[in-house]
Amino acid sequence: MDVILFLAFATVAVVAAINLVVQTHPISSALSLIGVMGSLAVLYLLLGGEFLAAVQLIVYAGAIMVLFVFVIMLLNAGAEQRRGKSILATLLGVPLLAGFLALVAWLIQSALPASAPVTFGAFTRGTPRDIGQLLFTQYLLPFEVTSVLILIAILGAVVLARKEI
Amino acid sequence: MEFYIITVIKAALIAFTMLTAAAYMVWLERKVLAHIQLRVGPTRVGPHGLLQPLADAVKLLTKEDLNPPQANTFYYLLAPFLAVMLALVSIAVIPFGPEVDIFGYRTYLQLTDLSIGVLVVLAVSSLSVYGVSLAGWASNSKYALLGGLRSSAQMISYELPLAMAVASPLLIHNSLSFREIVNSQSGYYFGFIPQWSVFAAPFPQIFAFILFLIAAFAETNRVPFDLPEAENELVAGFHTEYSSMKFAAFFTAEYINILTICCVATLLFLGGWTPLWPSDLGSDFVPVLLHLGAAAILFFHGSQPARRTDKYTMPAAGVVFAVLGLTFLVPFLKPILIPLFWFIGKTLTLAFIFIWVRGTLPRFRYDQLMRFAWTFMFPAAVLNLLVTSLLVALTSK
Repeated sequence: MDVILFLAFATVAVVAAINLVVQTHPISSALSLIGVMGSLAVLYLLLGGEFLAAVQLIVYAGAIMVLFVFVIMLLNAGAEQRRGKSILATLLGVPLLAGFLALVAWLIQSALPASAPVTFGAFTRGTPRDIGQLLFTQYLLPFEVTSVLILIAILGAVVLARKEI
Repeated sequence: MEFYIITVIKAALIAFTMLTAAAYMVWLERKVLAHIQLRVGPTRVGPHGLLQPLADAVKLLTKEDLNPPQANTFYYLLAPFLAVMLALVSIAVIPFGPEVDIFGYRTYLQLTDLSIGVLVVLAVSSLSVYGVSLAGWASNSKYALLGGLRSSAQMISYELPLAMAVASPLLIHNSLSFREIVNSQSGYYFGFIPQWSVFAAPFPQIFAFILFLIAAFAETNRVPFDLPEAENELVAGFHTEYSSMKFAAFFTAEYINILTICCVATLLFLGGWTPLWPSDLGSDFVPVLLHLGAAAILFFHGSQPARRTDKYTMPAAGVVFAVLGLTFLVPFLKPILIPLFWFIGKTLTLAFIFIWVRGTLPRFRYDQLMRFAWTFMFPAAVLNLLVTSLLVALTSK
């Protein structure tokens, strides 16, 4: 069951990611990105990261992508214009892309140390309680530094927005 | 295998119940609004218009289905589908009662008990913006686009105070699973005050409850925050271009969302299926007495008929109510029916408040709505969360 779900949602994630690049209309691309995030959330859930899955949906699909879609709709952006699509580019581009991807995959494969294969359901420490405890003990410094960074970003956004008023 | 069969049965049952409940929510709303405005509401189809939802469904199914030629067809069709699907998904994690014994099979009155149930509801409600905004955009009409934009902006703004208001009872009960939250609300102070979140010990969550309700009105696009479908400005808002069953899909989704958010409020703040006072002091007899009281009133009106048919219909309805009331005394049904009664009673009370507010308050202006969200709701929710977390930290051992 786990393997079937994994294969199904991994396929959805990859297809949605390809669709994101191929589509010409910004709304289609944005919705494909939501598809990628949703299937990633399912993959997290399969690996036992339940809190991470919920946060993935709330933050990425529910907040950031809503803003993207909102802006695209507000500006009423039309479909992308594609010109000068030469046959040579297609002929050379596809094999080159495949070769490049194979190279990258091989490099990553050889550079990373061999790790034990993942078993579904083996990891059980993804509950909100575990993550909260880790955030406030072991990873306290990165957590606080990130929150300060976000605060600075918010202040920057306010300053930039106020200039125009 | 048994697990899958039981789950499929439960899913079918819950989906059927919620869709029927949503249809009757429309009937209830029309009736209550009518009585608030000194009218009688639907009366023609069935006794007291009780078959009106069926008639409405038949009407909507058989109406002409128009597709605007300028619309972006794929997203235009996707939007109502998304709206209904997301509305139905979040019911899966909502428990309607405790663990019960049905024909010797112990099960929960719930589709699935997730340890992150509350987060799932929040996630799904944050995704439901897409149904509305896509509908507004894909219709390719000015009114629909404006309605969709308003609705998205409003839902994004009110999601923050909603989530903040939800966070404070979670702090008190120290869990994200609905079942554990309800179980930790099941005790009584001094033997008779329920330990619901609205009365809970370190800091009563009454402010969080009020904030949650206000944000819920905005999340579900209800009066006084129904700017997305303000008919005197925007025709019908984001679903202007939708007709027939596609319109009905949005309509159903809206009412299912109202019921879901009432269920969530009941579970988080009003103790779920725990009774108002302990069963030692006789709270188990409340449903019996209520139904028998209704039966007595019906028998009284049957004995003094105002219309000719009342002589037969009133006592007949009275017998139905009396039998319903007496089933609450049957020993093997009692552990199922009593918690369900309290849960449905609280949820419907909240749903009644939704309708009551619609019949009472005028609509906000759009800038007032946004200012209210960001300058009152959000700081109030943050303050409530801060005070709650301080008191929880001080009182916890």
